[in-house]
Amino acid sequence: MDEAAMDALIDAGTALAGIEIKPHWRPAVRMHLSVNLALTATLMTMDLPDDIDPAPVFQA
Amino acid sequence: MTATEIAAAVASGRMTARAAIEDCLSRIERLNPVLNAFTAVLTERALAKAGALDASGATKGPLAGVPFAVKNLIDVAGLTTLAGSKINRDNPPAMADAPLIVRLEAQGAILVGALNMGEYAYDFTGENAHDGPSRNPHDTARMTGGSSGGSGAAVGGGLVTLALGSDTNGSIRVPASFCGVFGLKPTYGRLTRAGSFPFVSSLDHLGPLARTVADLAVTYDAMQGPDPADPVCAARPADPVSGGLDEGIGGLRIASAGGYFRAGASPQALAALDAAAAALGVTQTVTVPQAQQARGAAYIITAAEGAALHLNRLRTRPDDFDPDVRDRLIAGTLIPAAAVVQAQKFRRWFQNAMRALFAEYDAILAPATPCVAPTIGQKTFVLDGKDVPLRPNIGIYTQPFSFIGLPVVAVPVPLAARLPIGVQIVTAPWREDLALRIARTLEVQGIARAPSPNHKA
Repeated sequence: MDEAAMDALIDAGTALAGIEIKPHWRPAVRMHLSVNLALTATLMTMDLPDDIDPAPVFQA
Repeated sequence: MTATEIAAAVASGRMTARAAIEDCLSRIERLNPVLNAFTAVLTERALAKAGALDASGATKGPLAGVPFAVKNLIDVAGLTTLAGSKINRDNPPAMADAPLIVRLEAQGAILVGALNMGEYAYDFTGENAHDGPSRNPHDTARMTGGSSGGSGAAVGGGLVTLALGSDTNGSIRVPASFCGVFGLKPTYGRLTRAGSFPFVSSLDHLGPLARTVADLAVTYDAMQGPDPADPVCAARPADPVSGGLDEGIGGLRIASAGGYFRAGASPQALAALDAAAAALGVTQTVTVPQAQQARGAAYIITAAEGAALHLNRLRTRPDDFDPDVRDRLIAGTLIPAAAVVQAQKFRRWFQNAMRALFAEYDAILAPATPCVAPTIGQKTFVLDGKDVPLRPNIGIYTQPFSFIGLPVVAVPVPLAARLPIGVQIVTAPWREDLALRIARTLEVQGIARAPSPNHKA
């Protein structure tokens, strides 16, 4: 995702969440978003079986 | 003196609890202006508790007269639970001590204060925009690591013998590594989190930091046990470990983690890992399956859950956040829901894969941090030859293990250089005993130890 696309996502997503973002925050938000998206993209390449239960309530 | 030495002296009558506490308070008064470890010192409370302990005719507990302090996300009666934030200062004081404090004090330990931390535990640096950074006791220009930075500084600097911290992705193990102390992140669900300010419920743990393995173990034992007030805390009886620390490592199958865990490590991190492995006679290197994915999934769950927790504060009080935390949390609000569910599914997959690995090995060694403590204010560092953002990447070796709640002891391995660095000893769920026995073996061999602080650095 290029910078313009990330900015569009930031604008739309923060508007949806009701967060007012100031211009000087944007570079840092974009940097963290790019880290999140890179990790997300890799994670979504994992072909996990349909019957694996998510583990939000987790027991070790 | 170590915690166990203090407790033995108080129990035998060779020292009063009051003397132990006065000595501790004196050190805090002298050294805290240098290390900025404490955000509150409980002088009156601690002296009153010490006086009551000295006056009591009851049998003294295994932590009698031992001063300890807690990260300021843990409730202390009469103090507002800051969680490192400015926003929480508007909250009323906690009505009661957190259960872990109650359990430690029931064994004779005495709370002396609350400790600095990164805002809302989302830092890995020990920096704090509101209270100032906690400072590394081996070089005060450097980070303590975080988010339990004050805990690392207080124990590493010798202000207290014990501290409690929290660890969602490495927040006990990173400061333990940078500050040169022992840290235990127990199995997920082993210690109650009731009375603590959360960060990422899926991943949050509480645990101790100490200067010796025995101190770590006796503290851990004092805190074990079920607690219905924390829905994650296991309905599992206490399983004391202190008595077995010196059983040795005969018959244990220990391996060193390769691949992902060596790729980006600095020469210091590798030297510490290899020194520990050599001392333990480890010859096997294992590949932790999909470790990079595990770290990424933990990162995504953290970003999403952290953002959800703070969403209303991001809407209403964005200017009151530490900017470094706020901007990261805002980015977390933009993660697709499908990615979070995928991360939680992968968590199950990774748990099964690690169970298979632990059928072959009893423990795995890995670096705790990729490097020694960076300089305060530093924003990037070199990882695997690339300059990368510091906050998102200091926990690359700790995150895969806390992702599935494995118990880990971080041991300090002082090298010839001035700055310490840690090694993780990772075991199967509920086998803290093995990790601590291995840590104790390294301590007896002189490989793992908490080095003396260098307050003038």
